[in-house]
Amino acid sequence: MKPGPSSGTNLTHHNDQPFHAHVVPVIVLLAVFGALLGLTFLSLAATWIDLGTWNLWLAMGIATVKAALVALYFMHLRYDHSFYALVLAAALLFVLLFVCLTLLDTVEYYPDIHAIS
Amino acid sequence: MSNADHHLVAGAEGHQPSLAHHFSSHRQQYEAGKLGMWLFLLTEVLLFGGLFCAYAVFRANRPEIFIWAHQFLDKQLGALNTAVLITSSFTMALAVRCAQWDQRRLSAFFLTLTLVCACVFLGVKYVEYKHKWEEGLLWVRQFQPAEAAASLDESGTSDQQPRHAGIFFSIYFAMTGLHAVHVLAGMGAIGWVLVRTLRGHFNRQYFGPVDYVGLYWHLVDLIWIYLFPLFYLIH
Repeated sequence: MKPGPSSGTNLTHHNDQPFHAHVVPVIVLLAVFGALLGLTFLSLAATWIDLGTWNLWLAMGIATVKAALVALYFMHLRYDHSFYALVLAAALLFVLLFVCLTLLDTVEYYPDIHAIS
Repeated sequence: MSNADHHLVAGAEGHQPSLAHHFSSHRQQYEAGKLGMWLFLLTEVLLFGGLFCAYAVFRANRPEIFIWAHQFLDKQLGALNTAVLITSSFTMALAVRCAQWDQRRLSAFFLTLTLVCACVFLGVKYVEYKHKWEEGLLWVRQFQPAEAAASLDESGTSDQQPRHAGIFFSIYFAMTGLHAVHVLAGMGAIGWVLVRTLRGHFNRQYFGPVDYVGLYWHLVDLIWIYLFPLFYLIH
């Protein structure tokens, strides 16, 4: 695999530098950690108000923001070669297809099943 | 990196024990391992994807079961476990960072903290499972929630127990159980890199295993981030 542009600049021969790969600054890790804890509390607080079906979508939206923070910073996707992100995106795409097509099917047959049970 | 550079690096690294002979540089070795780890994580996402699909089908067809049954889950304990797992992800990211800088003792310290967080997570899970076991809130075939349901009905907080309510606990135990197995496997992997860190196997050029175990651990965290609202925060 070709080296990514961001990691390529880190390939210096100073002894005080990691040889390859980007090192995420501690302040960034701390900020992400704080944001994740804050969002966890926010998703808990969101159940105190009644938004009908929007409660589910709000909770999933917050979870997706948290997941993106973990993937981008803790898993360093933001700094890495984008091929790793492509691998993850491919997995998520096929899970999404799987869930959506199955739901389409189950919704299609739901009246028949409901009539029996 | 130019081709000439590549050979220079390869030549300089030629006799290092941490570089497998079939790689021309530590960088190439590191990136090959990382790609392998990401491909494994892809299969993990697909494995959990099947269970998420089952969850979606059950919830779309029988929303009343989920609304009734989620009252038996403790939101506070779920939020606590989410915070514990996020903290463990943070300490794991710090451990990877220290490994990259060759700070062995600090890296070992953060790996130990990660293990402690994982133990706390499983401890809370044990308390939750034990409670459900005692209340008979189990998967469909073992679902006998007489007392718990009765107490809820008395306090007037619950509607009538819907038909097939055990489906919720089947999917709950399947998803959180598989996740807990992944936490156990992660603890084994973290213990392995902890021992290797203490033995001084890692340095600025060779820290791949810590990084890969970190990626796996973050994925376990990422899956829990979705399990928490899907089971505990049903409205």
